[in-house]
Amino acid sequence: MPILETIGLEKRFGGILASQDVNLAVEQGARHALIGPNGAGKTTVINLLSGVLRPSAGRIMLEGRDITGLAPHERVRLGMARTFQINQLFLDLTPLESIGLVVSERLGAGADWWRLVGSKSSVIDEIVEIAERFRLGDVMHERTAILPYGKQRLLEIALAFACRPRVLLLDEPAAGVPEAERHELLATIEELPNDVTVLLIEHDMDLVFSFADRISVLVNGALFVDGAPEEVARDPRVKAVYLGEELDA
Amino acid sequence: MKTRADEIALYLKRRARWSPLEIAFWVFAFATIWLFPSKYLILKDTAILALFALSLDLILGYAGIISLGQAAFFGLAGYFSGLVAKYGIINEPVIALICSGLVAAALGFVTSFLVLRGSDLTRLMVTLGVSLMLGEIANRYSNITGGADGLQGVDIAPILGLFRFDLYGHNGYVYCLVVLFVCFVIARRLVYSPFGLSLRSVKGNTLRAAAIGIPVKWRLVAIYTISAGFAGIAGALLTQTTAFCSLDVFSLERSADLLLVLIIGGTGYLYGGLIGAVIYKFLQDWIANLTPQYWQFWIGLVLVVIVLVGRERMAGWVRAVRGAIARLGTRLAPRSAALGGAAPDGR
Repeated sequence: MPILETIGLEKRFGGILASQDVNLAVEQGARHALIGPNGAGKTTVINLLSGVLRPSAGRIMLEGRDITGLAPHERVRLGMARTFQINQLFLDLTPLESIGLVVSERLGAGADWWRLVGSKSSVIDEIVEIAERFRLGDVMHERTAILPYGKQRLLEIALAFACRPRVLLLDEPAAGVPEAERHELLATIEELPNDVTVLLIEHDMDLVFSFADRISVLVNGALFVDGAPEEVARDPRVKAVYLGEELDA
Repeated sequence: MKTRADEIALYLKRRARWSPLEIAFWVFAFATIWLFPSKYLILKDTAILALFALSLDLILGYAGIISLGQAAFFGLAGYFSGLVAKYGIINEPVIALICSGLVAAALGFVTSFLVLRGSDLTRLMVTLGVSLMLGEIANRYSNITGGADGLQGVDIAPILGLFRFDLYGHNGYVYCLVVLFVCFVIARRLVYSPFGLSLRSVKGNTLRAAAIGIPVKWRLVAIYTISAGFAGIAGALLTQTTAFCSLDVFSLERSADLLLVLIIGGTGYLYGGLIGAVIYKFLQDWIANLTPQYWQFWIGLVLVVIVLVGRERMAGWVRAVRGAIARLGTRLAPRSAALGGAAPDGR
């Protein structure tokens, strides 16, 4: 059984069909990439999966459970977290506060209004672990707003990861990261633990083909091709609509 | 690994510690009891206004909810505490105060669902509308509330059965100050808790807050309810210390004053309401002494100047004061320099 599955997913914005009959199956532990030309509806799919948008039709199943009607925060509690293409960070908080917030929230201390943040050692240990993993150790006390873009991008993923998701949705994690900071980011994504299933949306074909073990191609809101990277790379139709230039170049 | 955990634990603990400046603030606040015995009346009003402003700061400064309707909670609890005292339902003032706060919080909970949706402007209108409606209900049922004449014949029993409200207002002021302090400590605890942090995250980025598993709606309901309770306690204090309650507890000016107080004092650091209330009250008092007839003109002028000229500069003052506190903290505890400051890149 796939860990995350969509059945006939459809989203209309007025007369525009942004997603149509999307049947996506992401296997447990997969490194699954969702690619497609601009405007193919990739971000719409992520928004539907994470609950930011409600589908016009179809269902979303997480570990066999129908989550179509659940609010975004409820999906997080069931084990699915996402990042955003454009950073959605808490600019006035420090990485320490932001990560501490997520960890407290997950450990059920989010409504605790009397104890101090981080008065439990389990919270602190987890903050440290996440800070190390995402290479944020030396900027923990800086305001997020003044961090270098690459670090902000890492924090963007760290916040989703701190939810301890079983399924992690990454929406163009490498977008806009300058060359000098890129390596750090890609290495961090490579090092994500194997038990976390990753669904990656990305434009960067180097990243997609080095990272993914399965690729789905989305064109005009519909799934076009779905398969292993070699198959997708060989598929003449994919070359025709999308990959042509990038692969030949 | 272990050292970094210790460092972070220490940092978080230190972050929430009372700074020397805060301690000095409260020492001075309590010292006014002995320093200015002739000023009890205005000091008492200031303490009540400060608590009322604190209630607005909790939702405005920490959750980003703007409101013109805090007077609804202030007024409801004001009348409630007056009525329970008048009819001898709850005689002991502290218990009556707590009950008044709970009644206001209940109204806050119910009306919170109205302010969840919508922009700042809708929130302003909805909150204003609620307080207008309550004011008119109080006016309509004048057989209970006394209507335009106000609630007469309120007799407040001694606090804890020991301290009678005296003519000089000494006990009344001490009572208000202690209540303000207790409420402040609770608010301070709250904003440094995971709950407080989650509120700041909701204010900072609602979309992301939901995406990390925060039930945004319930957090806003919770803080709005708590804030209403604080506003209610302030309203009950006014009734108890004056043994009177009139329709103007629901007035728009009361809610608008709060915004002015927070504009003067600033939001999001808890002391804004307190400092703003002190400046606002004493400015009002000073100008009213200079020109008893036209004092509102000068208040208006001062506010316009503050808003137009001073906003950036005042933010600068706050930063300067914070910087000074940080430096003072560093001097008192040299080790914190390595923790609080920017950690140099060790690689």
